[in-house]
Amino acid sequence: MGKPYGSMPRKKVPRGEEGSAMDFAILWDFGGYAQYSVLFYGYYNSQRAIGWLKFRMPLSYFLVGVGTVAYSYMVVIRTMARNANEEGGGDDTSFNFSWKIFTSWDYLIGNPETADNKFASITTSFKESIVEEQESHKDENIHLTRFLRVLANFLVLCCLAGSGYLIYFVVRRSQKFALEGLESYGWWERNEVNMVMSLLGMFCPMLFDVISALENYHPRIALQWQLGRIFALFLGNLYTFIIALMDEINLKREEEEVVKFNMTIWEASLYNGTLAANVTAAPITVDPADVPRGPCWETMVGQEFVRLIVSDTMTTYITLLIGDFLRAIFVRFLNYCWCWDLEYGFPSYSEFDVSGNVLGLIFNQGMIWMGAFYAPCLPALNVLRLHVSMYLQCWAVMSCNVPQERVFKASGSNNFYMAMLLVILFLSTLPAIYTIVSIPPSFDCGPFSGKNRMFDVIQETLQSDFPTWFGKVFSYASNPGLILPFILLMV
Amino acid sequence: MGNKQTIFTDEQLDAYQDCTFFTRKEILRLHGRYHELAPHLVPMDYTNDPDVKLPLALIVNMPELKENPFRSRIVESFSEDGEGNLSFNDFVDMFSVLSETAPRELKAIYAFKIYDFNTDNFLCKEDLEKTLNKLTREELTPEEVVLVCEKSIEEADLDGDSKLSFADFENMITRAPDFISTFHIRI
Repeated sequence: MGKPYGSMPRKKVPRGEEGSAMDFAILWDFGGYAQYSVLFYGYYNSQRAIGWLKFRMPLSYFLVGVGTVAYSYMVVIRTMARNANEEGGGDDTSFNFSWKIFTSWDYLIGNPETADNKFASITTSFKESIVEEQESHKDENIHLTRFLRVLANFLVLCCLAGSGYLIYFVVRRSQKFALEGLESYGWWERNEVNMVMSLLGMFCPMLFDVISALENYHPRIALQWQLGRIFALFLGNLYTFIIALMDEINLKREEEEVVKFNMTIWEASLYNGTLAANVTAAPITVDPADVPRGPCWETMVGQEFVRLIVSDTMTTYITLLIGDFLRAIFVRFLNYCWCWDLEYGFPSYSEFDVSGNVLGLIFNQGMIWMGAFYAPCLPALNVLRLHVSMYLQCWAVMSCNVPQERVFKASGSNNFYMAMLLVILFLSTLPAIYTIVSIPPSFDCGPFSGKNRMFDVIQETLQSDFPTWFGKVFSYASNPGLILPFILLMV
Repeated sequence: MGNKQTIFTDEQLDAYQDCTFFTRKEILRLHGRYHELAPHLVPMDYTNDPDVKLPLALIVNMPELKENPFRSRIVESFSEDGEGNLSFNDFVDMFSVLSETAPRELKAIYAFKIYDFNTDNFLCKEDLEKTLNKLTREELTPEEVVLVCEKSIEEADLDGDSKLSFADFENMITRAPDFISTFHIRI
């Protein structure tokens, strides 16, 4: 395995930070010992082959990163294809109700619980079909409806523009704070960007929900519009976040130049006149904690993503506790001494929010895809978070939520969710790929330190690990004239 | 194996095999199930064709039928007297039609009989309403029930008499993708 903690400069907490490295506040922010651990990119050594198995670590890091994205694409597209087949087969709706009456009971059922479930699902299925039937019969005043829909879309656009500007404003402010040094500001200023994004994510969907009451769509269509709008909101947020990150990356790269320059001076000061100019001397052992470090922009990116996901998780749980649980307690217990019936009137119990939860999952996944290259253990952390979320939300649904009033088949729009997932996959791997291809890696941290570009590791492997004829074949095969027809063929 | 069974004569077993979709072993097993429903009533020796009928109440308590909302109608449709008293022949007949190997047309005939509550050879609105109420355990409101039944008759009625004859029913059910897989009991 790779070298242990403390053996190299990049693997050890610097001397200056050692005092505070175990503080809970620092660890919660993923600094200190958490920063110098396998959680983040900066810890990994760039040694070409490790151990007696000659495990090529940088190559495998790169390939795993790229491979997970490719695998994700395959899985999502395959699921979409499978869903499309099933939905397409059920196109014949000419005997909808008759089939429901005469073929929905499964005569093989012998278990009383299964029978109960089957009765319930048959009833739900009938209610859905009845709703759809009634929707198609409604008399519509076309002009009023169209006008209201245009108005609603206009309001939504205003909201989106407003939130985009707010985030931009907050990001600029945080850059200003960073320039002046973060110590002089309190907790709010330090976490302003994350908090504003989380708050927007909490309140804007509710606003969209209210606006969509104007539009008067079938519940399934309304849900899709709602999802589309929340999608646009989150996308705006995420991309503003990334632009802010890009600014910070550039700042760190400039810092790196300065540090590189200072390192040469520091090394010279170590030898301090004990040798002449062109003689190589035995390296003086220096404790790794004392070596001056370059700012590792990749680790910084990883940290930002991990923090974003943690704050997103916290926001979800707190919203759940306050919005659902406290509300349910309030409605249940204060109902006895309140003037109007709380359960039927204003607050009442909260409905289970399908769109919000689905989007939460999809965006969580998008953030993982974005950050996984720079924080390799992020997927593992996320699996843990998903387990906890599942139990928490299951409990919340069972104890505080009531089902939605209008029954409709949410699972009928399976492919819609998959399509959103695909778009998010594409959009979230874009920034990571951009940074891999165009920004040179830090000089002293991570598995690609010292290289000009991260994908140089592939070049290197081809040249040194494979027989020479392979390299020649590859260089012929990578001729654009061959690749282009191949891509067109696959499309 | 090796003992010659004495429940049925060979001719009887051959006749059963011809008339139903079961093999000899399955018929003997069915006899075992029929016998254990009422051991004191059902003789072990069927070689001289005893005239034994089991009442509806015994048959609908079988585990395969217990949870089925249409169990009474199923048993009634296969009984000769229409009251649900099944002889062994009727019993075998019932499970044979509901088995996997029975053809679609045969199943359609008996499905029609089962859902025809007033046995007038038509599926009228009352039959459909009864079917629907059994299916949903009366969870739908009366307006919803009326709506569904009207829609169903509208969909399937070809001759315009606002009730479904066997031809209408067969036309509708043969196009259903799930009919064969749901109209199936394994014994």
